[in-house]
Amino acid sequence: MLQSIAFFLLAAVATVSGLLVVTARNPVHSVLWLILAFFSSAGLFVLLGAEFLAMLLVVVYVGAVAVLFLFVVMMLDVDFVKLREGYARYLPFGAIISGVLLAEMIMVSVAVVQGGATNGRTPVEPSLDVTNVQAIGRVLYTDYIYFFQAAGIVLLIAMIGAITLTLRHKPHIKRQNITDQVNRDRNKSVEVKSAQSGQGVSAEELL
Amino acid sequence: MVIGLTHYLTVAAILFTIGVFGIFVNRKNVIIILMSIELILLAVNINFVAFSTYLNDISGQIMAMFVLTVAAAEAAVGLAILVTFFRNRGDIAVDDASVMKG
Repeated sequence: MLQSIAFFLLAAVATVSGLLVVTARNPVHSVLWLILAFFSSAGLFVLLGAEFLAMLLVVVYVGAVAVLFLFVVMMLDVDFVKLREGYARYLPFGAIISGVLLAEMIMVSVAVVQGGATNGRTPVEPSLDVTNVQAIGRVLYTDYIYFFQAAGIVLLIAMIGAITLTLRHKPHIKRQNITDQVNRDRNKSVEVKSAQSGQGVSAEELL
Repeated sequence: MVIGLTHYLTVAAILFTIGVFGIFVNRKNVIIILMSIELILLAVNINFVAFSTYLNDISGQIMAMFVLTVAAAEAAVGLAILVTFFRNRGDIAVDDASVMKG
């Protein structure tokens, strides 16, 4: 019973905040609603018994992606009112397409479930001898090791791409040139002048 | 009332539809479009995890993890492109970004 209440509460919050993400006037509010949607979805994951993914969702999405969005939204000085032009024009079309899509997807879901997609399988019991993290770890580092490595490569390339895209060299900044520093030797930097006793060396001679 | 697979699939379908709807109506604001894509990927993740639980197969959760990875990478690169675009144009209206059309 409590599980049903929790499910409906989390589902309702996720849905409403998802809707507010796309309809909010202020993009900062959109990001905050997105964070709420992710949190509620993490709750749904916990209800489903996927604790590790729930925590991953909170850490990766709320902790990294949403904050990244927040930074970009606040950093860019954009006239967001102008960007909402055409909102009302596309609204009916978008609503029709979305309604058809939603009807189709729910119909397929119900049909798949009633057709016996889960026949003969029992849902994961919460009290097994292995925890969710152990179960994932056992499969991830054995059967899916190449996919795991590929995911690492994807993240590496994304990192390189993001740095390459946003890096820019300003022309009037003094930078350290390590090659010059290392290749500098004694002959280039020190010169021995013989000075007459009592006369010293004048400034012109040094140049 | 017992919560079954259908309930989770319905929530995922609603979130997916909201994402598509967001792309439709916010055609100029690329930040909201990126957020809508995140919502769509979240809906896919819910589907993966729901099936993983109800079929008692952990592979779905592994796939959801990979989707999460790709979503994070996509958000990072997308926002980097957005920042570069803003620097070059001083605006982020994407409907007149037709430079690459050829």
